[in-house]
Amino acid sequence: MNSLRAINVKAKKAEKNMLSAAQDVQALQKKGGEGKIYYPMGCTLNFTPGWEVDSSGGTAGLCQPVERDLFDCYLGCGWPAQVPDHLNNAVEWTDKCASAAKDWRNVDIVFP
Amino acid sequence: MSAVAEPIASLVPYRLREFHSFESAGEQFVYLVPSGSIFALDAPGRAIVRELSANVCTKQELIENLARQGFRVSLIEMSLAELEESEVISFGDYVAQQPHLPDSSFPLQRIVLNVTNQCNLACGYCYEYSDDKISNTTGKPKYMNHQVAESAIDMLIQESAQRPSVHVTFFGGETLLNFPLMRSSVDYARQKCAAAGKKVEFSLTTNATLLTEEIVDFLSEHQIGVTVSIDGDRELNDKMRVFHDGRGSYDIIVPKVRMLLKRHRTNSIGARVTLSSGVSHVRRIYEHLTQEVGFDSVGFSPATASPDRLYSIGPQTMGNVLEGFEELAWQYRDFALEGRQHGFTNVTDTLKELHTGVSKAYPCGAGLGLLGVGTNGDVSLCHRFVDSPVGKMGNVQNGGVDHAARTDFLNTHHIGARYDCHTCWARPTCAGGCYHEAFIHHGQTSAANLHYCDWIRGWSDLCLRIYGEIAVRNPSFLTRFDS
Repeated sequence: MNSLRAINVKAKKAEKNMLSAAQDVQALQKKGGEGKIYYPMGCTLNFTPGWEVDSSGGTAGLCQPVERDLFDCYLGCGWPAQVPDHLNNAVEWTDKCASAAKDWRNVDIVFP
Repeated sequence: MSAVAEPIASLVPYRLREFHSFESAGEQFVYLVPSGSIFALDAPGRAIVRELSANVCTKQELIENLARQGFRVSLIEMSLAELEESEVISFGDYVAQQPHLPDSSFPLQRIVLNVTNQCNLACGYCYEYSDDKISNTTGKPKYMNHQVAESAIDMLIQESAQRPSVHVTFFGGETLLNFPLMRSSVDYARQKCAAAGKKVEFSLTTNATLLTEEIVDFLSEHQIGVTVSIDGDRELNDKMRVFHDGRGSYDIIVPKVRMLLKRHRTNSIGARVTLSSGVSHVRRIYEHLTQEVGFDSVGFSPATASPDRLYSIGPQTMGNVLEGFEELAWQYRDFALEGRQHGFTNVTDTLKELHTGVSKAYPCGAGLGLLGVGTNGDVSLCHRFVDSPVGKMGNVQNGGVDHAARTDFLNTHHIGARYDCHTCWARPTCAGGCYHEAFIHHGQTSAANLHYCDWIRGWSDLCLRIYGEIAVRNPSFLTRFDS
């Protein structure tokens, strides 16, 4: 890291977690080299259902309300909300939501 | 999406999160609260913290200010992400989190057996017998019997659940007045723990007046750690540590302590000094006990006393004590830089907590991993509450631990319930302080010990600076605190 160095045991644990989280993102961005699996770029692993939440565990602190770009994320894998996976785990998630502006209350939380 | 998000994000300011900043060995460190992590800041980190100390800033303002100081924009952006991820700064508001509470079924690790409530000394400051005493021994046995001790050990094994090792501390009164019980309890605990597949360790606190070669050989054979209560040289020790007829105890105990130190080599033997109004000469006491008597380690603690007691340490004396502590602490630092162990255990204990990065939900293990047991089998919060109605949590012969009382205690005493502590940066290690001290000073165990906050923060800052210097100049010294 450029701006700080971990000194005690707790800080080193935190640093290790941060680095491994950063490597997760890199893994999604890199084309797999020879003998390596290629994972496509995306905001989430393909088969991870669930909402993106903010640091307090809610959705109020996100930079956009998830409802706003629901279909970008759900169908087109857009940014920034992480939404249930529409291919396998939550195929019927928006079946009762013909128009997001009117029917958004019918889109419920999905528990993995 | 991004067209909408960008203008909003650009208005959100960065701000500092909660930490204590300190300098040592030419470096700047942050001690993060409440996590207990310690980071050293490099140039971009120092610059960002300096900017945000003056005011909250948006990302654009930070980039403009720092670019003027010669930092590359890409470096600033990377540093902001790192500092935010490390919880040194936050982007927008944040909610401070208190430590997670241990499960109320937290397994027991240690019991303190008060094997007698009698003592052959009459130390003026004793919390069991002095004016501030909270114990009531009327109608209770003077000595613990075998049945009670064995039930207590059975309770320890049962309540320790999956723990691979347990610990029994023998305490008093003067513990050695009931040495026969201690001897039989060690045998019983060894036998029972072996059957349960657990390791067991023992320790003893004593005033050393009754030590004999036979007792010391027993302690050595069973690797029993010993804490000796002694307050320094003859003049200082005999101010408070006297027999019932007023005679000082120094001349009786020192030859016995020397014999103990010589014959018992299988576990640690430490001195425990209680500081009071006339006994506050920290360096003099330390040097006497290490150089003249031969102890490897010495720990100090101010006497718990209401402020109006004559032996209570007032602000003036406390200042002297702190100066003495600081002097010894820097000596500890010098030893550590040379890779040598210093015997001032107050520093060792604090460095260990800082190194691990503890973030305490409770100030100590009382009621959690540790319980006291009185002569009649009553289970109490810790040894200081034995024979007191306050903090009673069952009886070893009548149902064992009162889990409802224990859970109730834990629910009302965690750091989340000590609101006075919520803005204090020293709370990861202090967590409000000793329940007994709080009860004597503030009338309730759940009160924060506000009378010594400045002292705790001063001490924590001093130990952080020492820790930082050792981390920079001789980091290998700290590996001894890893486990």
